Amino acid sequence: MEEKDRIINDVTQSEYKYGFVTDIETDIIETGLNENVIRIISAKKNEPEFMLEFRLNAFRKWQKMKMPDWAYLKIPPIDFQKISYYAAPKTEAKYESLDEVDPDLLDTFNKLGIPVEEQKHLAGVAVDIVMDSVSVKTTFKDTLAEKGIIFCSFSDAVKEHPELIKKYLGQAVPVADNYFSALNSAVFSDGSFCYIPKGVRCPMELSTYFRINAANTGQFERTLIIADDDSYVSYLEGCTAPMRDENQLHAAVVAIITMDRAEVKYSTVQNWYPGNKEGVGGVYNFVTKRGICRGVSSKISWTQVETGSAITWKYPSCILLGDNSVGEFNSVAVTNNYQQADTGSKMIHIGKNTKSTIISKGISAGKSNNSYRGLVKVMPGAKNSRNFSQCDSLLLNDTCGAHTFPYIDVQNKSSIVEHEATTSKIGEDQIFYCNQRGIDTETAIGMIVNGYAKEVLNKLPMEFAVEAQKLLQISLEGSVG
Amino acid sequence: MLSIKNLYASVEGQEILKGINLEIKPGEVHAIMGPNGSGKSTLANVLAGKDDYEITADEITFLGENLLDKSPETRAKDGLFLSFQYPVEIPGVPMVNFIKTAVNEHRKHRGEKELTAGEFLKLMRKKMELVELKTKLTNRSVNEGFSGGEKKKNEIFQMAMLEPKLAILDETDSGLDIDALKTVANGVNALKSPETSSIVITHYQRLLDYIVPDFVHVLYHGKIVKSGGKELAFELEEKGYDWIKKENGN
Ligand SMILES: Nc1ncnc2c1ncn2[C@@H]1O[C@H](COP(=O)(O)OP(=O)(O)OP(=O)(O)O)[C@@H](O)[C@H]1O
Ligand SMILES: [Mg+2]
Repeated sequence: MEEKDRIINDVTQSEYKYGFVTDIETDIIETGLNENVIRIISAKKNEPEFMLEFRLNAFRKWQKMKMPDWAYLKIPPIDFQKISYYAAPKTEAKYESLDEVDPDLLDTFNKLGIPVEEQKHLAGVAVDIVMDSVSVKTTFKDTLAEKGIIFCSFSDAVKEHPELIKKYLGQAVPVADNYFSALNSAVFSDGSFCYIPKGVRCPMELSTYFRINAANTGQFERTLIIADDDSYVSYLEGCTAPMRDENQLHAAVVAIITMDRAEVKYSTVQNWYPGNKEGVGGVYNFVTKRGICRGVSSKISWTQVETGSAITWKYPSCILLGDNSVGEFNSVAVTNNYQQADTGSKMIHIGKNTKSTIISKGISAGKSNNSYRGLVKVMPGAKNSRNFSQCDSLLLNDTCGAHTFPYIDVQNKSSIVEHEATTSKIGEDQIFYCNQRGIDTETAIGMIVNGYAKEVLNKLPMEFAVEAQKLLQISLEGSVG
Repeated sequence: MLSIKNLYASVEGQEILKGINLEIKPGEVHAIMGPNGSGKSTLANVLAGKDDYEITADEITFLGENLLDKSPETRAKDGLFLSFQYPVEIPGVPMVNFIKTAVNEHRKHRGEKELTAGEFLKLMRKKMELVELKTKLTNRSVNEGFSGGEKKKNEIFQMAMLEPKLAILDETDSGLDIDALKTVANGVNALKSPETSSIVITHYQRLLDYIVPDFVHVLYHGKIVKSGGKELAFELEEKGYDWIKKENGN
């Protein structure tokens, strides 16, 4: 082993000697993917040896894999050699003032009620020094540090807490779990790392902080959250504001590990650019999210509101390893125009008395396709386990599609798995009833859709629930009549 | 208030309304009766702006303006209210939110400020008392799981909240028990004024004991075949529709 390490070290070090160092000076590397590119990425980020090894290993596995084709999605061919896999984060402001920003974008910001300073940040406008989010961040950091919570970028964690990264990296989401997790493992740009020590309840939603960071996240994000015994954290990813991004391909990995009696609530609002009304452009979002309830009586809940992206491929999952552990998946997925979503969850029951709940609310409009795909697997040892799944689809017209692909595999007799599914069409009568009370069609659809999705929206942290409601309405604008 | 001249409406090539003429002045109550399927609800829906129908008319004016040019929500905000024969359920939308949105849309239309939460609740409590609507109903989703009678009461509650100029009550009495019928009728009467009018669609004379009409019309096969005073309702109650059908060759 040591010998092997030494050899790898030698080889990589010597390669640096032959010309890669100069490349580090530049900010964007040329397109294409090969081992050299991976070495460059790792070198640019000053990563320790084990990270480079992790990436190379992932890359080698990825090369042998094939893009999954089982989803109910039409994915145009992706040329992975035409993508640039490293770009230093842009720090310069794109605009001097909001006047220069696309009025449509500002209009949406205003509808969402996003404060002006935050609008500037999101749109890439230079921000006043006083209002700069950096000061806010520092305050958060101090509060968190007092409690011993580690919350930093993934790159910083690699340098500052290598022992934790080494221990947990690839544990919840193995490198070769799937094509996109392997790709992410090879080339991931950055992301977040969060560690909640034993017995600590994180005193704030780790949302505001994240949101401020959100504007500069890369296309291959990696997030790792570890909740030690008896700890709790609520984490929010994403942002209701529309995210314009030149990167078409996004392949993020999020991994959560909970120890005894720990709980992690992970909430996502995904609003990447969905492409235009004719289905041109838009982000391809291939995400791997998985949590392991390692400890007894621990709990992981995924809550997601998905309105963006041209293509969404995403199955936040829980591996319920610890006895009495609990997994939850709550999802609202909206597709409009030509958007396609294939999303759902996997619940793998391994420990005894484990419980899981899946609530999926699909809303389809335009010519979009919206699929739920889920797996509930109960292993022989998972005695007395329970799952309840409810998958509802709401159609806004006759041109969109909704599909449900539930897979159930129960390997013991003491467990109970229940699945309910409904499909309904938004009623002309419901809309007319609202109209007759003076409520216009767009507001009516917003109300009806939010009513339909309420069960899931209620699981979001308060402030985001309100924004997510508005977002649902905005995403469906112009979808009826 | 409302003037309908020669209104025709059809669905999928089938003519349902065949030349309706009706004049309603401020302060008047008009009752419309007629056998099942004669087109009463269709008339109500056409006036409210439901777009299922092919419509032709020489003229329909509401408050002096062309009604057919306007969207259903504008008609509503101009003061036209329809109490539905079959109120729909809207799961997940709390009644309170629904009616608050409606009230504020109306206020916006009139150039008034939105009500504060306190003002709104006060108004709501007052109007709920008027129709004896139970408090817990407004916390539930719109009409979801409401009993037949509760749905009808809820329609009149909404009418009380929105204070329309012209209210069309489509069989508001059906499904109401005797006490509820009185309560609802009292509610309707409480909102009556020289500036407001109503169209009361019903099958039973009983309701007209409480809401006394100035005119009674009989709608048959898409036409108003007979009009008269409130005594016409008694006659219909007594004799049924056979004589009307005979008079009209059917
Ligand atoms: N959307 C529609 N599509 C097809 N037929 C319709 C539609 N709306 C109404 N009709 C038909 O038009 C006729 C009149 O219906 P309407 O509901 O207006 O009757 P009504 O007088 O209100 O009857 P009731 O006393 O039973 O409530 C009926 O034959 C009905 O089936
Ligand atoms: Mg009717």
